[in-house]
This record gives sequence, C-alpha cells and structure tokens, in this order.
Amino acid sequence: MSKSGLFKSSIGRKFAMALSALFLMIFLLQHLVINITAVISPDTFNELSHFMGTNPLVQFFAQPILIFAVVFHFVMGFILEIRNRTARPVSYNKFNGSANSTWMSRNMIISGLVILAFLVLHFIDFWFPEINTKYIVGDTSGLHHGEYRYYPELLAKFANPARVIAYIVAFVLLALHLMHGFGSAFQSMGQNNKYIDGLKKFGVIYSIAVPLGFILIAVVLYVTTLN
Amino acid sequence: MNLTLKIWRQQNSNDKGKMVDYQISDVSGDMSFLEMLDVLNEDLISKDETPVAFDHDCREGICGMCSLHINGEPHGPDRGITTCQLHMRSFKDGDTIYIEPFRAKAFPIIKDLVVDRSAFDRIQQSGAYVSVNTSGNTQDANSIPVPKEDADMAFDAATCIGCGACVAACKNSSAMLFVSAKVSQFALLPQGKVEAKKRVQDMVHQMDEEGFGNCSNTGACEAECPKGISLENIARMNRELISAKAAVKH
Repeated sequence: MSKSGLFKSSIGRKFAMALSALFLMIFLLQHLVINITAVISPDTFNELSHFMGTNPLVQFFAQPILIFAVVFHFVMGFILEIRNRTARPVSYNKFNGSANSTWMSRNMIISGLVILAFLVLHFIDFWFPEINTKYIVGDTSGLHHGEYRYYPELLAKFANPARVIAYIVAFVLLALHLMHGFGSAFQSMGQNNKYIDGLKKFGVIYSIAVPLGFILIAVVLYVTTLN
Repeated sequence: MNLTLKIWRQQNSNDKGKMVDYQISDVSGDMSFLEMLDVLNEDLISKDETPVAFDHDCREGICGMCSLHINGEPHGPDRGITTCQLHMRSFKDGDTIYIEPFRAKAFPIIKDLVVDRSAFDRIQQSGAYVSVNTSGNTQDANSIPVPKEDADMAFDAATCIGCGACVAACKNSSAMLFVSAKVSQFALLPQGKVEAKKRVQDMVHQMDEEGFGNCSNTGACEAECPKGISLENIARMNRELISAKAAVKH
C-alpha cells in the first residue's frame, strides 16, 4: 500500500510540472501583450510598465508566485531528468529515437536549459536593474529627467544586435519547448479526450505565435534604434 | 542475403559486456528474425562457441517473451509486431544489424540479450487483480451490464502482452504504457472499479520502486508497442492517480 503523497510519485511530479507550465504559459501571453504595446504605443508601454512595477498586488503577490513557478518548473525538471537518466544506466549503442518520437519531445532538457540561460540574461538585463532602482536606491517614480524611463531603457538594451540574436535563438528554442510541452501538459494532467486534438492544434498555434511575437518585437525595437 | 550482425554479448549480470560482430550468410527473407538467430547459433555451436542467449517462447506474437532492440528500436523497424513476427525480408543484403537487449535499470541483463522483466510481474502483483470470493457463489460476469465502448477499451488495454517494448523504446525507460494498460483494463470495468483507487496507487508506487523513469509523453512507447496500446491509457492512469491521491488521505 502506497503511503506517499501525490508529489512523491512520478505521475504527481509530472502533474506539478504541467500545472506550473500552464501558469507560465498564461504569464507568457500577458508578457507578450505588454511588449506589443512597446511597438505600437510607447506611452501605453510606459504606463503599463509603471503599473506592473509599482502595484503592490503585482509586486508582492503575483511576482513571488511567478518566481516560485519558474524556479519550481526548472528544479522539478532537473529532478525528473536525473531520475530519467538513472533509469537507463547503460545506454544503447544504437538508439533510433527519431523513428518513433519528435526531437522536441526527447530534448525538453536542452530547450529548457537554453531558456534558463536566456532567463539569466533577461534578469541581468531588466529584473536586477529594476529591483535595484526601486528597492535599493528607493526610486519608485519610474522617471528619468522628468520622463518615464521604461521605454528608453528598453530601446537601449535592444540597440545591441548580439542581444537581439541571443533573444531570437532563445525564443526559437522556447517555440520548440512549447510545441511539445503544451500538449504534453494536458496529457500529464490526464486530459487525453475528445478535445485533445483541438487543444494540440491550438498548442501549435500558441507555440509558434507567442515566441514569434517576442522575436518580431525584438527586431522592431532594434530597427527603431537604427533610426 | 549476407548480413553483419553486431550483437551484445554479456556472460552474466556482473560482466561488463560488449558488442561483438558476426557475419551470417544465406539468410532467407522468409526467415523470422529469431530463426535467423537460430541459424547463427547453430553455426556458433558447430564452431564450439557459446550461442547467443535470447528470450523466446510462442513465436507467434502472443506471449510477450521475445524482446531485442534491433537497429535502435524494440522488436525492429516494423510496426505492430513482436520480434518473432519480424521477417528478414525487412532487411537488405549487406545490411549491418545492431541487436541489443532491452535496456533499463529495472530490466537487469541475465545473459547476452536476455533481461529479467520480473519487475513487471511485481507491478502486476501489487494490484492488477480483482479480489473476488471464488468459493462457489460468484456472480456470473455476464450478468453485470458493461457499456460496449467501455468493454472495447478495456479489451484493447488487456491486449498488452507485457513484453517491455514500451520501456525499451522510452528514452527514460518509463513503464507508464504497460502499467496504464493494466490499470485501465480494470478501471474501465465495474468489477475493477471497486478497488480502482487503491490499485492505481499501489501499482504506480511499485512502478516507481522498481526504478523506471518518468513519462515525457514522447509517444515512442505507443509507436513501438506490438499491440498498439494507446497513450490514452496513460492519461487515464494519470487521472485515476491524481483523483485517488486527492480523495484518499493516507
């Protein structure tokens, strides 16, 4: 008789991965919507950035949940990967994985690690400076020389083509990660039913559209800095 | 046809083991893969060499005893068949064929291509049964109404022969397809529903204890399964376990 809790079982852990993944996918959509405003209306972007950066509910409730979800998704991903690797201590001399499964599904850890590396860059670029300005320097005005600083700071980052390329590479890997992850999350939650085909199609659209959106925004911002 | 075989040779569970090359000639396309190995073994015996140990029994695709990872896939390149049903016509003259045992920590090698799949037996014993008093007054199973759709799905799940190809194909050596088929064949029927919550927890617990990996939902198991067991069974088992854990406080 099993005495262990849900999250000690392999299935429970995958369930937790799926839940955190769904949360992160919703966050990604919200992030994209705000980024789109940077391209179509810098004023709106500034106002939204200021709201997100200073609203206590966002800062001290939503943000910690998001950070927990991100850390949880990565740590659990590593825990699962270690277990998976120990399950086959001697590998095959010949393993024809492409005969029965997609590259994305077999290499979630690789795409995941690229996304992790991207997040480190992203935090150095934006999150740490923000936290420093707001909570260490103590400047929550969001202003620089009397004007909102968010859009100019964003543009300054994307003036560097190396950063734009790094972002594009990361988002291509994110697309691959999502392409498998979206449908996989529903399967892990036990939702393989009459809706699964439709959900998977939606997942493919989401997996391409969202990262492509981020890529296009990065490129447009770079082009803007050239003028 | 003439073939080069690269076969995993390992004297016993403690031996390190290695790939050994063999040349075999005059192989007929009408031979099954196992018959081809029989011919190789006769040749080895005539030369006073140790024949290659491999599992087999019914040789008609129903017992689940034959295994072998052939050219990187369990039961070889064809779909919906076991190794005994694989014919040499699936290969070409001059081909090199890799023949390896099913590899998983939970399937330790006994000798050469023979692995110990008793982990599957222990998972079965942990819950794949219905506790019915058979002292003479057991109700006739046919008197219990079962929706046709449920009966069909239960039957499909029950066609799993427990060969272990799902474990062998999975990059994580996960046994989810096997366990989910066994969980499903009971969970779908009224007789099995009574103990469903306890069963799924016990079987998943045993699966984890045996050292199988997690499910990455790659679908390799479903593609390689000789009986076409569907991933829907894994989703069902996930549902069953999540709801059982949520409902029962231990």
